[in-house]
Amino acid sequence: MLRKFLPHPWMTVVVTAVWVMLVNVVTLNAIVFGLILGIIIPIITTAYWPERPTLRNPRMIIEYMLVVLLDIVRANIQVALIILGKRNADMKPCWVTVPLELRTPEAITILAGTITMTPGTVSSDLSADGHSLLVHCLDAPDPDAVVAEIKHRYERRLKEIFE
Amino acid sequence: MTLIGEILISVLLLAAGFFGLVGSFGLIKLDQPMTRLHAPTKATTLGVGSVLIASMLYFLFFTDGITFHELMITLFLFLTAPVVAHFIAKAHLHRNWKPEELPQPEGDSTWGVYATDESETPDTPVKPQE
Repeated sequence: MLRKFLPHPWMTVVVTAVWVMLVNVVTLNAIVFGLILGIIIPIITTAYWPERPTLRNPRMIIEYMLVVLLDIVRANIQVALIILGKRNADMKPCWVTVPLELRTPEAITILAGTITMTPGTVSSDLSADGHSLLVHCLDAPDPDAVVAEIKHRYERRLKEIFE
Repeated sequence: MTLIGEILISVLLLAAGFFGLVGSFGLIKLDQPMTRLHAPTKATTLGVGSVLIASMLYFLFFTDGITFHELMITLFLFLTAPVVAHFIAKAHLHRNWKPEELPQPEGDSTWGVYATDESETPDTPVKPQE
């Protein structure tokens, strides 16, 4: 019964929070209307998203967000330095394959998004069986180190959160 | 207090301008389509991010309220930028690269762009644990 009424409880929370922030005032009015949207939207869209992703370790999400935010700042400075300071001929762009241990689609999506937003890497494709990720590096003298960093910094944490 | 606010906001706006400029310059300077994709997905994130933080600080310091709209812009940006980059990369792979030129995925699979067989779609996701 509860599962039918609230197919995605976390989505309800997020939709309500987003609505309150869009309205830009924290009043009872806004919260109630946000809650109505937050209950109706997951019920309508549940056909497209039948399975509820498990969140095993919600506290880890905050740590993950902080790590990613820090890395985004680092990434921007690194990429800016590469763009300004290196001649195109000196750069070593390359493709690397990241073998995935994650299996949930939500976790893989977040990992791919994170890779795109962080130091010198863009996730370009997923293998047909969903077990590896094709990543392009802007300037990687040592491709293996890039793979190791992605697996250690992001995939390990995502695995703790989702699986 | 106002002075500190003004200095902070100015520094953030300058940083935003700098990173936005570098990101756009990267589009001209880099010479391959794939490397060119790196400049706008990253250098611009911090550029836009700094403007948004500056805007939040402005409302915090100089008016009597805080706004959440900047957080929303950040959220939508973080949702859309990787997806668009992924699409551009896939389209580029599809048109200009052959499977032999790329590193192979683990196992005996192919990359999604080159998969033709319907049965080769990803595994069904793990069942939710009740």
